[in-house]
Amino acid sequence: MNSKDIFNYLEIIEFQISKHKDEIEKLDQEIGDGDHIFNVLRGLKEANSLKEKNINEPVDKVFKQIGMKIMTTVGGSSGALFATLIIGMSKKYDNSLENLENISNMFSEGVEAMKIRGKSNVGEKTMLDVLIPVAIKLKEIKNEKKMNLVAEKIKKVAQEGMLSTKEMIATKGRASFLGERAKGHIDPGARSSQLAIEAICNELIKLEENL
Amino acid sequence: MKKFINNVENILSESLSGFGKAHADILNVSLSPDFIYRKNKSSKPKVALISGGGSGHEPLHGGFVGTGMLDAACPGQVFSAPTPDQMEAAANKVHNDKGILFIVKNYSGDIMNFEMGADIIDHEHTTVIVNDDVAVEDSTFTTGRRGVAGTMIVEKTVGSLAETGASLEECKNFGDHVNKMTGSMGVAFTSCTVPAAGKPTFELSGDEIEFGVGIHGEPGRKREKIRSANELTKDIIESILEDLKPDNNQEVLLHINGFGGTPLMELYLLFECGQKLLEKNNIKVTRSIVGNFTTSLEMAGGSFTITKLDEKITKHWDTPVHTAALRWKM
Repeated sequence: MNSKDIFNYLEIIEFQISKHKDEIEKLDQEIGDGDHIFNVLRGLKEANSLKEKNINEPVDKVFKQIGMKIMTTVGGSSGALFATLIIGMSKKYDNSLENLENISNMFSEGVEAMKIRGKSNVGEKTMLDVLIPVAIKLKEIKNEKKMNLVAEKIKKVAQEGMLSTKEMIATKGRASFLGERAKGHIDPGARSSQLAIEAICNELIKLEENL
Repeated sequence: MKKFINNVENILSESLSGFGKAHADILNVSLSPDFIYRKNKSSKPKVALISGGGSGHEPLHGGFVGTGMLDAACPGQVFSAPTPDQMEAAANKVHNDKGILFIVKNYSGDIMNFEMGADIIDHEHTTVIVNDDVAVEDSTFTTGRRGVAGTMIVEKTVGSLAETGASLEECKNFGDHVNKMTGSMGVAFTSCTVPAAGKPTFELSGDEIEFGVGIHGEPGRKREKIRSANELTKDIIESILEDLKPDNNQEVLLHINGFGGTPLMELYLLFECGQKLLEKNNIKVTRSIVGNFTTSLEMAGGSFTITKLDEKITKHWDTPVHTAALRWKM
């Protein structure tokens, strides 16, 4: 996997999240203020605009550029958190994305940075309810060689994490002001994170099938 | 959605650009990264005050940039926190040898982005977090109380102190003090429409109100039927007083803030209700301000803010100020 692939995944993520635009907006209007999807799509569009200039740059530089772009164009909590994830990942890059253990280490580093930035953990009805279980699962299966199996497992964990936010009371962010009223609604940040992971996993499964 | 729009993606830049031109005598607007800063940098070293937050609350914060108040303001997209590069650029522009004081309303997105901005600047800095909204309980199970209309009072008084050449630590302590002396709570009659969303953030039927609403239309304590202004005033003021616990004969500043869609006539009526009720409770309103200062786009409704006054707060409230939205004695 190289910088070209990263931009390819970014495009796939943007496509997948765009497809669910109305659904995410509705989730956010129920427990937030409705801006999440617009911020995320603006950030993805801007990040994709880096492709032309950076497609041949080293992977860690590309991650950092994308992180900075998200940091400076998304705004809100999601901008700060997604940027922290990606910049955190860039710091742990170890010369290759071919090895699942390297990817797992990078992802864990990014997620740890998010936990610190957001002063949050699992169970608080946020995107971390998707991303933390995914980081843990990746570590658990880091020696698995079949990428389609990895993708299936990660997809499942992300899905479960996203759904788990439904019955939670939010204790962080704007949804926390709702108290009990937030119950019964999936967190929009968890949904967009899960969709991004699902998009990557589906692509990995497709690539494997075409081998 | 009926709003004055050319292209929904350019609302903020076009509005900022217009704001800069309309107030060219006192401030400049920088675009990409977006920030508003004073035209004339003070010739004496001073603590530079930088605030910011999502747009849609105008005149907060850009309208408070100028002599006696803020040095710079960083506007985010509508209801979304600004990004760290805005804070960095603003800090580099306005720092004036005595450090940077960030004034931030207590929302997760604002806190995180201001923290990231602070991480990348080289100047000495610290932050005052404003959380005056008594509608939300401050406990470990919530993000804590929100920063609302009391923010203007913090910005005015700390801005005045900073003009005297006070140190960063003095400004920070005074900001925390004014915040602690201030409590607010509001009521919404209608929702507001975030331009990018194109439809109302929440639904209220004809006779319903959101009691204790936040400045982004976030839910408050309860949704209920509309009642008389006196009854609403009583519930709101009692909630604020419960929080502020004023002494007998306490002097206070009473601020009635409109959310953007309620006529001034009603806001003054609300002042009348509030002033009378406070008088009955042996509280003296010695300073007052009424108007749309911390808005939520076109939301109808308004809020009460009470600040317990001491000699120092009164003094720094009274000093001259010259900004787009607040101007007196100069």
